[in-house]
Amino acid sequence: MLEIKGLKARVEDKEILRGIDLAIRAGEVHALMGPNGSGKSTLANVLAGREDFEVTAGTVTYDGADLLACSPEERARKGIFLAFQYPVEIPGVNNTYFLKAALNALREARGEPELDSVDFLQLVRERVKLVGLDETLLQRPVNAGFSGGEKKRNEIFQMAVLEPRFAILDETDSGLDIDALRSVADGVNRLRSPARAMLVVTHYERLLEYIVPDFVHVLHQGRIVRSGGKELARELEERGYAWLDGASRNGRSAAPAEKSAARKSKG
Amino acid sequence: MADSNRDIEALANREYKYGFVTEIDSETLPRGLNEEIVRAISERKTEPEWLLEWRLKALRHWLGMTEPSWPNVRHPPIDYQDIIYYSAPKQKARLENLDQVDPELLATFEKLGISLEEQKRLSGVAVDAVFDSVSVATTFKDKLAELGIVFCSFSEAVQSHPELVQRYLGSVVPYTDNYFASLNSAVFSDGSFCYIPAGVRCPMELSTYFRINAANTGQFERTLIVAEPNSYVSYLEGCTAPMRDTNQLHAAVVELVALERAQIKYSTVQNWYPGDKDGKGGIYNFVTKRGACRGRGSKISWTQVETGSAITWKYPSCILQGDDSVGEFHSVAVTNHHQQADTGTKMVHIGKNTRSTIISKGISAGRGQNTYRGLVKVQKGAEGARNFSQCDSLLLGDRCGAHTFPYIEVKNPTAKVEHEATTSRIGEDQIFYCNQRGISTEDAVTLIVNGFCKEVLSELPMEFAVEARNLLGISLEGSVG
Ligand SMILES: Nc1ncnc2c1ncn2[C@@H]1O[C@H](COP(=O)(O)OP(=O)(O)OP(=O)(O)O)[C@@H](O)[C@H]1O
Ligand SMILES: [Mg+2]
Repeated sequence: MLEIKGLKARVEDKEILRGIDLAIRAGEVHALMGPNGSGKSTLANVLAGREDFEVTAGTVTYDGADLLACSPEERARKGIFLAFQYPVEIPGVNNTYFLKAALNALREARGEPELDSVDFLQLVRERVKLVGLDETLLQRPVNAGFSGGEKKRNEIFQMAVLEPRFAILDETDSGLDIDALRSVADGVNRLRSPARAMLVVTHYERLLEYIVPDFVHVLHQGRIVRSGGKELARELEERGYAWLDGASRNGRSAAPAEKSAARKSKG
Repeated sequence: MADSNRDIEALANREYKYGFVTEIDSETLPRGLNEEIVRAISERKTEPEWLLEWRLKALRHWLGMTEPSWPNVRHPPIDYQDIIYYSAPKQKARLENLDQVDPELLATFEKLGISLEEQKRLSGVAVDAVFDSVSVATTFKDKLAELGIVFCSFSEAVQSHPELVQRYLGSVVPYTDNYFASLNSAVFSDGSFCYIPAGVRCPMELSTYFRINAANTGQFERTLIVAEPNSYVSYLEGCTAPMRDTNQLHAAVVELVALERAQIKYSTVQNWYPGDKDGKGGIYNFVTKRGACRGRGSKISWTQVETGSAITWKYPSCILQGDDSVGEFHSVAVTNHHQQADTGTKMVHIGKNTRSTIISKGISAGRGQNTYRGLVKVQKGAEGARNFSQCDSLLLGDRCGAHTFPYIEVKNPTAKVEHEATTSRIGEDQIFYCNQRGISTEDAVTLIVNGFCKEVLSELPMEFAVEARNLLGISLEGSVG
């Protein structure tokens, strides 16, 4: 479904992604872990089409087509959804109205008719319960003045309504209370299907107890330095990331050419 | 992506949709302004002697005045002797209904998206369309006449209801009021007149469309609305102008009189040609709009959506004379490219327990400059007067500007005056967030802008609110990159 090859990206003059290779097939859930600043959000944003990051090398294909050539809204319309690490406030724009505009934009792109208000509200009511979002938030401006946890729940609520084919969750579990964590996991698990895939960025193994991933990857200094099954998450939880500096040099998954580049930038 | 930037450029450079010129024979007086011209205008309109005298007094007064320099706008000097003050489509006889109107004119209205026919049939809006200086068609007049409502062109009112015109003309905006009002008083060519008798609630929205057509004609129209005790009227004014190289001057005067417990709601959606993206051409809109709440418990509300004009200079005001009278001002002003707007309101509290509300939403994009200038004045006798003002500015991009000048003068210690102001910016992260949800940049800007001014848009009558939303979208196209 999604294939990333040799992806490099930078912001201003700083290279942040330094050669990412990752293949995600339909039906799979991949977890992405790694220390602060390793480039997880950067990868998420590059996949979503954020312009601040300049892709300097590599390719990303989605459903066999070049994803990097698409605008952010085209990607969204192809079913890519990013649950933001820091959801954005949009004062003055009603949360429900916003979501309706989004859903109808996606439906239009798929050649489906606009959902009328009655059907839309029914859908909203059902999904809002599912993710345990406080209903009064629906009538407030998008994320404006929401608590940290409310913002995260709102992202999952949007995901539950928009039903993306490929969802990227960027630390959606951070700042959530236990119940919220469970609702988020429920929301994600409900969406799991052979036709969909997910990339879940997290720092905590706990989330992965609820959302059991098929693969776990560790990102370090802009490279995936280790990949494994769900047991890798437990190992990281116990050992931390300190051992990675060595791992990065030994290059368990990095290609030789990039290894020397890494050494150069260190020295 | 780079692609979306290109799209935005293309949209930004899209041409003004209403920039066409209608080929119609018109009768035009020579350029320049002097007593001869004023007499000629008055004569063309077979006006009574008192009106000619009034015009001449205004002209003499104007000749001794200098153009105001205080608005926060810049423009090259206007040569008042190079303007044509009167241009009227040539018509043989007076028109009784739409079928007699020049088909070219009607086609023009169709292009403007205001099919008179449609409006007449579907929306129950009575339209008095002003095409350049002469009113060409007035619909629904019969129906209104049954209720004793007079709704006609100004020149017609001068003939049919001279006593009303004489009584109220200049009673709210005297010919000495200001530079542009004096100019208008001397040379006004037409406009609208509306009279609602006591106790009558006008059953439909009254609407006028103004359009400036001939090259180098200033349009000087004059609107007078009188609401007798316990009456109600909602009046809509909409404007467009074709595209021209040179700026056209528009100096209108609107006077409203609300007597005891009468209510006048005056809404404007203005999208005159703003000039091209380099700031060339466009309308200079210098307008004096004022309402007098003369009777106890009377109410005047101004609602305006200003998206056009190269330069807007406009302060719809309320004189709250009657005790318990209420003044409201709701405004959305958009400036994009090189547009400049200096707009706001004046609320003058004279009567006891008078109340006023000001909601101003300024949106600046491109190199647009948006200034809010408001005066709240509470006079000595205005016991218990109250005002609430809120001025919000929204910036798109970093080359535009927003300025707020609230002036407050309170001479009565029991008065309460509150002022709030905010400035915000549409951020790239907001646009990206919308994009990521599938919403295009254009729609995202419209969404955010509409959200920003929804308190004002909700004041507009239904049909107008839809048009205003679309206009906001069009005038901001290409403003976020
Ligand atoms: N716009 C930017 N300008 C400069 N540096 C940036 C910018 N965006 C990201 N960076 C840098 O890129 C690096 C990777 O950031 P990124 O947000 O991808 O990390 P992360 O793995 O998501 O970290 P965290 O776990 O803290 O969320 C960081 O060092 C960050 O400071
Ligand atoms: Mg991050």
